[in-house]
Amino acid sequence: MNRLFPYPLLIILLIITWLMLAGFSVGQFLLGTLTAIIATWGLAALHPAKPRLRRWDLLPRLFAIVFYDIVRSNIAVAGIILHGGRKVGKSGFMTIPLDLRDPMGLAILAIIITGTPGTAWIDYNSARNILILHVFDLVDETAWLNLIKNRYEYLLQEIFE
Amino acid sequence: MNHAADLPIWATLLIALFLLIGAGLTLVGSFGLYHLRSFYDRIHAPTLGTSWGTAGIAIASVIYFSVVESQLVLHQLLIGVFVMATTPVTLILLSRAALYRDRTENNRDVPPLHPLRNLPQASELEQDSMATHKNAGEEQK
Amino acid sequence: MSATILFWAVTTAQIALGIAMVLALARMISGPRAQDRVLGLDTLYNNSMLLMLVFGIRTGNSLYFEISLIIGALGFVATVALAKFLMRGEVIE
Repeated sequence: MNRLFPYPLLIILLIITWLMLAGFSVGQFLLGTLTAIIATWGLAALHPAKPRLRRWDLLPRLFAIVFYDIVRSNIAVAGIILHGGRKVGKSGFMTIPLDLRDPMGLAILAIIITGTPGTAWIDYNSARNILILHVFDLVDETAWLNLIKNRYEYLLQEIFE
Repeated sequence: MNHAADLPIWATLLIALFLLIGAGLTLVGSFGLYHLRSFYDRIHAPTLGTSWGTAGIAIASVIYFSVVESQLVLHQLLIGVFVMATTPVTLILLSRAALYRDRTENNRDVPPLHPLRNLPQASELEQDSMATHKNAGEEQK
Repeated sequence: MSATILFWAVTTAQIALGIAMVLALARMISGPRAQDRVLGLDTLYNNSMLLMLVFGIRTGNSLYFEISLIIGALGFVATVALAKFLMRGEVIE
């Protein structure tokens, strides 16, 4: 089982992607399954660190929160840009000490922070676990700190650690 | 516009709404890229186009092709997923490169260098690492 | 009726994306630094990808989807390579 299907979730995702691109039929399903299994053998040969999901049930909540935040920050950033003459010195860097250590969780945190307009992941120091962010609308620094630590990092820690 | 005549009106309105949201946000993002002052401000602007700009146009495309071909066509959403997964990689690499270049030029506006990953006394002092970093920069010149 | 609405929505979206491409191109040309140009190029790629999707709606041809997929993939690789070059190529002279 483990030798033949090293990453069952990835195989399912690859088959879904294949069927979305090629259209559903029995032949395409078999071809997609074969490709997905061979591709995951190739991945297993690289010996990547295997991510452990501890709490499946929290994933939909994370997606909902991120979806809502992306919509909200799209409106906010578009508003700031459209208001034109934004004051100088309102954006700035922020240093945040993180507690999250899991590489998969950090990768997802990077996707969330960069994918959301208004915050950009600039640098991460893995020895000291410190993250440098650039925030577009840095009026209230504690609010942003609160957002990253309590809204995202807490959930990611619950899911991955 | 071959099949547009037989589209129901609700589908047309939805397609038009998502198209205009997507294209409008992309335009605002590119305007911000052109208009904003510093590089680190500008790096926020294109994410408008890659988040809801792409999502809006992909959703409009999904609705259009699903109604025209009268079956569920979802492959345009894959573009949104790919863009969502690849944008952070490019933007993080780019901003790290920009930070590195600014630090080697001793630009005061960017945060100072934190200790490098594998140095034994890495966690000592930030001041130290800044000093050695400056020396290294001078030697390179 | 619905054909008219769709025609104007698609035309407006195409004009907006065209202007967005011009703005990204202007940032790419004017710089001032190399990282600004790379960011402009990345935005240009993304905008042209979206323009191809809108062309797909205009013509009803799903071939444009594949074009935009290729543009997206090329844009990703190009930006990663250029960012890597900025990190390593120029500074170690």
